[in-house]
Amino acid sequence: MKAGLSRELIALRAAKELSEGMYVNLGIGLPTLVSQFIPEGMEVTLHAENGVLGYGSITTEDSEMDIDLVNAGLQPVTLRPGASFFNHADSFAMIRGGHIDLAILGGYQVSEKGDLANWTTSLEKVGAVGGAMDLACGVKRVVVLMQHVTASGEARIVRHCTYPLTAREVVNTIITDLAVIEVVKEGLIVKEIAPGWTPEEVQAVTEPELIIAPNLKEIAL
Amino acid sequence: MIDKIMPSIELAIAGIKDGAVIMIGGFGQAGTPFNLVQALVEQGAQGLTVISNSISQAAPLVENRRVRKLIASFPIWVDRTRPNPLDEQVPTGRIELVMMPQGTLAEAIRAAGAGISAFYTPTGAGTFIEEGKEKMVFNGKECLLELAIKADVALVKAYKGDRMGNLVYRMTARNFNPLMAVAAEFTIAEVEEIVDVGKLDPEIIVTPGIFVDRVVKAPKRGEWIYRKEG
Repeated sequence: MKAGLSRELIALRAAKELSEGMYVNLGIGLPTLVSQFIPEGMEVTLHAENGVLGYGSITTEDSEMDIDLVNAGLQPVTLRPGASFFNHADSFAMIRGGHIDLAILGGYQVSEKGDLANWTTSLEKVGAVGGAMDLACGVKRVVVLMQHVTASGEARIVRHCTYPLTAREVVNTIITDLAVIEVVKEGLIVKEIAPGWTPEEVQAVTEPELIIAPNLKEIAL
Repeated sequence: MIDKIMPSIELAIAGIKDGAVIMIGGFGQAGTPFNLVQALVEQGAQGLTVISNSISQAAPLVENRRVRKLIASFPIWVDRTRPNPLDEQVPTGRIELVMMPQGTLAEAIRAAGAGISAFYTPTGAGTFIEEGKEKMVFNGKECLLELAIKADVALVKAYKGDRMGNLVYRMTARNFNPLMAVAAEFTIAEVEEIVDVGKLDPEIIVTPGIFVDRVVKAPKRGEWIYRKEG
C-alpha cells in the first residue's frame, strides 16, 4: 500500500488545530508529538492531568529533569513562565468542567457518530482507563489522531466501535495518515486528503460512507 | 503542644489493622510515599483495600499479597514490559480490581472529604463503567451516579511539613495527596523536610494541619522510568 503521512506529519497537521490563547491537553503517544510543532509566537497553554498548566516541552537534558515534574505520560517536562500547579480534583475540574478548549487524543476506533474507543482493545486483560473518559466527555473539542487502518489493514473508522468505548458521540475531528475528517450530524465529511490519494481509495479503507467536501483539499502542512 | 512529628517511619505506620482501607497518594513516582508503603509491607497488615491512581503506588503491597481489593484508574505500568502482579492476581480472583476514570476517582475522593455522599457525572456513560450504576439525564446528557470514596488511612507524600501537620508540595508531586489527606479518617504524611512552625507561609500551605495526624521525615525516593515518545 502506498504511504500516507508519517507520524510527524500527522502531528504537524494536528498543530494547525491550535490557535492563540487555547488551553490544550495532549494525550499520551502520538498526540504528545504535537507539542513540538506549536507555531512560533503562538501562546498555547498545555494542561497535564497530573496537575500542571503551562508545561513546555519534553526534556532529556539532565540539568532540566526533575523527578517531581512530569506530564501525564510520566515524561520529564520543562515549565513555561506563568505555569501553575494544582491538585488532581482541580485538574479534572478543568477537564470535566469544560474549561479545556481542546484535547488531542490517540484512538483505536472512531465510529460514524463520533464514538471513541481509545483505551483498550479488550476488557479481558488488565488495562488502564486513566483520564481518557474524562477528557473525551469533558473538554470543548476532541481531535483524534490515528492511523487510518490497523496493522492488519482493518478500518479504524467504523460504523460501530467493536473495542470497549471511551465515550459516545464526542469526536469532532479525525486526523489520520490519509485524511482529515469532520464528524457532523449528517456523518463524516472528508475535508482534506493525503497527497497522492483519491477519495475512492480512502473510502475503500473506511467502513462508513464518507461525504466528500465540495472544496476537498490536499492536506497542507 | 501539638506535635504530630513521628521519630521513625515504623512508628509513623504503626497501628494499621488487617482489612483497613488505605489511600496512597502519587502519580507515577511523583508524590508517591514510597517509604510509608515499604514500611506498611514490613508492618504486615493483610487483606487491605488500596485506593491509588496507578500500580506505581500499590505495587509493593500487591507483590507481597497484602491487597484484597484495588481501586485505581491506571493499574498498569506505563512501561508495559515491566511485570505487573495484577496480571496474575486479578484473573485468579485474589484481588478484586475496580477501575475508575481518573477524574471520577479524584472527585469521589474529594467528595468524601467534603462530606458529600455521591454525585452525578457524564464520564463513563455508555461504557463498561456504567454497569450497575444508577443513571439520570441532566441537560440532555446521561450521567452516572458515583459514590464518594473514603478511607481509614491515607499515606501521603509532601515536600515540607511542620509539627502541626501543615503540608506543602512540590510541582506535580501534589496530585492526589491533598485530596486523600482530607478523605481519610487518619492521615500519615512523609515529608522531605520538617520545618519549624511559622516557617511555612500561611498563604501557601496546601494541606492545613487539621487534615494530618502524623508527619515523618523520610528520604526522597524514586528514579527515572520515563520513556521517550513512542
